[in-house]
Amino acid sequence: MANLTTDFIGIKSPNPFWLASAPPTDKEYNVRRAFEAGWGGVVWKTLGSEGPPVVNVNGPRYGAIWGADRRLLGLNNIELITDRPLEVNLREIKQVKRDYKDRALIISLMVPCDEESWRDILKRIEDTEADGVELNFGCPHGMAERGMGSAVGQVPEYIEMVTRWVKKYSRMPCIVKLTPNISDVRKPAEAAKRGGADAVSLINTINSITSVDLDDYAPEPMIDGKGTHGGYCGPAVKPIALNMVAEIARNPETHGLPISGIGGVTTWRDAAEFMTLGAGNVQVCTAAMTYGFKVVQEMISGLSDYMDRKEMTSTSELIGRAVPNVTDWQYLNLNYVAKAKINQDDCISCGRCYAACEDTSHQAIEMSDDRVFTVKDDECVACNLCVNVCPVEDCITMERVAPGKLDERTGAVVSEEYANWTTHPNNPGATCAAE
Amino acid sequence: MTESALTPGIVAGRMGADQYAANFSDLHPPLDHHEALVAADRCYFCHDAPCATACPTDIDIPLFIRQIATGTPDAAAKTILTQNIMGGMCARVCPTETLCEEVCVRETAEGKPVEIGNLQRYATDVLMAKDVHPFTRAAATGKRVAVVGAGPAGLSCAHRLAMLGHEVTVYDARAKAGGLNEFGIAAYKSAGDFAEKEVQWLLKIGGITIETGKALGMGLEMSQLQADFDAVFLGIGLGGVNALGVVGEDKDGVLDAVDFIAELRQSSDLSGLPVGRDVVVIGGGMTAVDAAVQAKLLGALNVSLVYRRGRDRMNASQFEQDLAASKGVRIITNASPVAVHGNGSVREIEFEYSDDDLTPTGQTFRLPADQVFKAIGQTLEGSNLPALEGRKIAVTETGRTSVSGVWAGGDCASGGDDLTVTAVAEGRDAAMDMHAQLMTAAG
Repeated sequence: MANLTTDFIGIKSPNPFWLASAPPTDKEYNVRRAFEAGWGGVVWKTLGSEGPPVVNVNGPRYGAIWGADRRLLGLNNIELITDRPLEVNLREIKQVKRDYKDRALIISLMVPCDEESWRDILKRIEDTEADGVELNFGCPHGMAERGMGSAVGQVPEYIEMVTRWVKKYSRMPCIVKLTPNISDVRKPAEAAKRGGADAVSLINTINSITSVDLDDYAPEPMIDGKGTHGGYCGPAVKPIALNMVAEIARNPETHGLPISGIGGVTTWRDAAEFMTLGAGNVQVCTAAMTYGFKVVQEMISGLSDYMDRKEMTSTSELIGRAVPNVTDWQYLNLNYVAKAKINQDDCISCGRCYAACEDTSHQAIEMSDDRVFTVKDDECVACNLCVNVCPVEDCITMERVAPGKLDERTGAVVSEEYANWTTHPNNPGATCAAE
Repeated sequence: MTESALTPGIVAGRMGADQYAANFSDLHPPLDHHEALVAADRCYFCHDAPCATACPTDIDIPLFIRQIATGTPDAAAKTILTQNIMGGMCARVCPTETLCEEVCVRETAEGKPVEIGNLQRYATDVLMAKDVHPFTRAAATGKRVAVVGAGPAGLSCAHRLAMLGHEVTVYDARAKAGGLNEFGIAAYKSAGDFAEKEVQWLLKIGGITIETGKALGMGLEMSQLQADFDAVFLGIGLGGVNALGVVGEDKDGVLDAVDFIAELRQSSDLSGLPVGRDVVVIGGGMTAVDAAVQAKLLGALNVSLVYRRGRDRMNASQFEQDLAASKGVRIITNASPVAVHGNGSVREIEFEYSDDDLTPTGQTFRLPADQVFKAIGQTLEGSNLPALEGRKIAVTETGRTSVSGVWAGGDCASGGDDLTVTAVAEGRDAAMDMHAQLMTAAG
């Protein structure tokens, strides 16, 4: 069993798996059960200002898309921040933290965008003994209409300003949660850093309509014939989140800024991927909402086994490991040549690779009368589509053509030199054309 | 209940009413909506799919399964029925394990094919439950076609012809249309009077008149049909039953399996249907299995199915053999009947073992039997038929016979397996060819 302990901006937790601020973390009952199930930390569902709590709709709050066998791939929600009284939440947070000192307990906050509101709420949470705060600048629905959530997160100046207030009025570690509903996620991350944030967490949910009722002509989830955009999360958003995490991790302005990775983490593998791209830990919501708190046990055992296999003794060896390999397209090696190869022993002759290649790609797969599928090396550009549509894992692989060998498609011998677009003769802006 | 499985002789009511109902319910219970979606999810939507190639009626299987998966089972049903108007029955009786499902790539991948037959049934059931007919007739052509035999081949032919605008009269010797679907298939494969309902649904296309109690040599003559109609289709099946040709074959209790199956199918109260305590079925095809399994399900104590060659040569599929075994039928191979013993009624039947090339070994054995069902094949009956090829009517790929203006298909015609689905395909293809020829002649 590898040591999964993490120290994230000074907050220690027995493993890097935290529950994100969301319905699973909105009360003591849930959070105690989550800790019993093994979660390393919890970000308590977002608290608002003192006074009458917000109200939620009384119709459906969630919409979804599904894959085969109704596997939930994407979930969206229109739930707001906590609708429980502030003092109840604060009392419960304190009680839970007292009993689970080894776990991380962060309080998510969202109050109106003025200094007084932030000073007041920070004062109110002071004696909970929570480990830190997370500023919810991400929530894209409902609260944004009131000038909070992503309405702040979409304006880097506001992020910086609020972050400064928080650091001014609190000694707690401060995580700024970012919205993906923005064109360049590096800007709000830079703003958070300028404001003094100890870390950023991302991504919050993505603006979305999951489906439209084709009888009532209204978006889902539908409330009395109307719908509104909600925040999208779950496995479907993972690729978007991974990219945004990587962008911040490799941006010189924010490189080294701790990141809590969020977005579709469902298995240990997802978590490990976020961590290699620079996340110091991960936050999970949809997987728990789909399968219950117990999923964390697979995440713990899976990550532990992986680290043992890789002979890693600390999560710090994993964090950021892939960041140096994230680059721009222009630096990819154009002299790297691969060809698809179909393993005939594994092939079940469904012909999906053929249909995909023949109809939509490079006509590089041949089909015999007896349904044997083979790659035409003189046509294959190694696009990988056949691999992606093949239902049998590892049946089709991409095999590198070794330097010195002939690329049958181009008729040229594969060079062992690294060469990229910046120096390519077709590039009008090439810095140094190949001689 | 006074009788039981142990009662000697041929008696009715060996079981309680519940047991009869349970034994003769659906062999494969229908998929419910959720099960259908789960099953449909497994289809890979193969390119030039092997399942479709294996289907004698060329149903676009990946397409109809995708239509089920996307919540449009009516469209799926139409995809099926466009190719095979008896897709509902074929979903129940097709030996899918030797056709579409055998070549499913998931059979290759996991040894567990997509449940194509069950999915086909789901789609066709959904549509047929709405009691609508999805096809309409083309403008009337003024052409009239006679179809002899209201089995799968004849009805398929008639439907396609009617759809194309022709007027069709279908003749059948029996009191009811349907042919082997109605009279020759085990009850648990067509539960709930499905065959009869399917015929009624099929006839909703219009333009088809059914005349029962008529057959060649039974009110109909070939020459008259040719004179009265623009074209004739023969789907007359195989009316004769092969004899054992052994001493004692005429004893009471020795019956044709097809008659037993037909009687069972038409029985409204199975508890009134007598069956032997010790039943022996002779043969190795689907009919033999249907008879043996149903005898067992009617409450017979001992049912033996005896086949003259090895298991691998049996016409009944592995699935059917396993089904028989699972119901308690004992399968004996490499044994041929040599004599039927008994005093008036059969009491025992004597077999001699033979090796795979049917060379007798000289070793004999006797099985106690109060009922013997012969299921060693059927033969074509009738005179003045078009030229034969072997023991069947010679036909071209599109069903043309040696006689101009006369087509044939189904079990009576040469080529193809004697399956419902093959008969439907042959009837359909003959109809298309008849149409082409009739319209060319008209032009």
